[in-house]
Amino acid sequence: MHLSTDPWVWIAFFFTLSIFTFLWKDNFLYKLAENVTVGIGMGFWIVLWWNQTVVGQFWTPLSTDFGSNFHLIIPAIMGLFMITRIIPKYAWMSRYALAFTIGSGAGFGLPRVIQGGVLQQLYATLLPINFTSVGLGYNLIIIIGTLSSLIYFFFSKEHKGAIGGVAKLGIWFLMIGFGATFGYTVMARLSLFIGRVLFILKDVFGMHLF
Amino acid sequence: MFWKKQLPIIIVFLSGVIMTVQYFVPLHASEFVFDNYIKWGISIGIFAAILGYFSFIRVHIMKITKKAPNWGYSIVALAGVVLMIVAALIDGTDTNGYYMKFYLYICASINATVFSLLAFYISSAAYRAFRARSSQAVALLLAATIVMLGRVPIGDYFSFWTHWGLPSFYDMAQWILNVPNMAAKRAIALGVGLGSLLMTLKLILGIERTYLGGE
Repeated sequence: MHLSTDPWVWIAFFFTLSIFTFLWKDNFLYKLAENVTVGIGMGFWIVLWWNQTVVGQFWTPLSTDFGSNFHLIIPAIMGLFMITRIIPKYAWMSRYALAFTIGSGAGFGLPRVIQGGVLQQLYATLLPINFTSVGLGYNLIIIIGTLSSLIYFFFSKEHKGAIGGVAKLGIWFLMIGFGATFGYTVMARLSLFIGRVLFILKDVFGMHLF
Repeated sequence: MFWKKQLPIIIVFLSGVIMTVQYFVPLHASEFVFDNYIKWGISIGIFAAILGYFSFIRVHIMKITKKAPNWGYSIVALAGVVLMIVAALIDGTDTNGYYMKFYLYICASINATVFSLLAFYISSAAYRAFRARSSQAVALLLAATIVMLGRVPIGDYFSFWTHWGLPSFYDMAQWILNVPNMAAKRAIALGVGLGSLLMTLKLILGIERTYLGGE
């Protein structure tokens, strides 16, 4: 065992333990670490925003080639309107920037939602059914599962009779899906916890585990 | 009225229609519109970010000046912002500089630990969620248990029945993830897709107007 001599590792160790103290109760060390990460995170993004967005995407194109980038002045003016939200009397002016962002975002998303969110999902569901292990063990179950789960979410008709039976089958598929997702998430969180424990044992205390 | 209400609706409609049409028109003009949409969005985002920073700083300064409960932590948060800006100004943003070290050893460490902390809370949530009170809850419990055992080596170690040609925990977990789980997720994805489609149409056609602030 060789204790780390890197002060940065000990700083990370201190904040790691500070966060773990929350398991006992909300306390001074946890709140300190929480606010330190909020401040440093915000500072990190401010610097990144300045360097990469303001200078990189706005100021440099305007200052080096104003002729072909002068149109950037228009969104900049709309962006300035956005800041009017600070002054309640003129807050309505921010609607222009919001309207452009929402409208163009909706227009940008509309064909992509049809393509990726609806058609691709349907295309991936309409699978060939044949008497093979894939056809019966995979494709048929996916088709039945998707249709029955969709019927469960169809509230325009009362879930009675045949519709009710299919909807009940949909609940089974949904429960298995939620269980699988939950199990997967539990394992992901546990692997994160193992990662922090390994950091303490290997990086801080210098243990050679494997 | 026109400037405050109708003009924003017209902007939403025109920008929405232009962006929808450009997707289907394979012309150079469509590429031009798309490229500039990205640039315009970034330029508006610059000022929207200022609004966010202003809000953050104002909230913490108000807490400090009013000596609100836990106001001392607001000083820590603001000091963190100043520290990062000063570090970047003095030392640059290189990997070996203080700016990146503050981020990697403090911010990234804390974030990773916060997420790892969820392992404890998700375990206690699992205890409540996995109680087999109905046959459907049993399905949830079984699916979760098989997926959990299928993701770790001990699952395969326990799968003694593989000698008889039966699937191991890993195989069962893969099947659950790829078949019934996929079917349920696909139904949810289709619902989300259709919902998003309707919402975008409502926005472009001016039916959905909550972005106007309830007017």
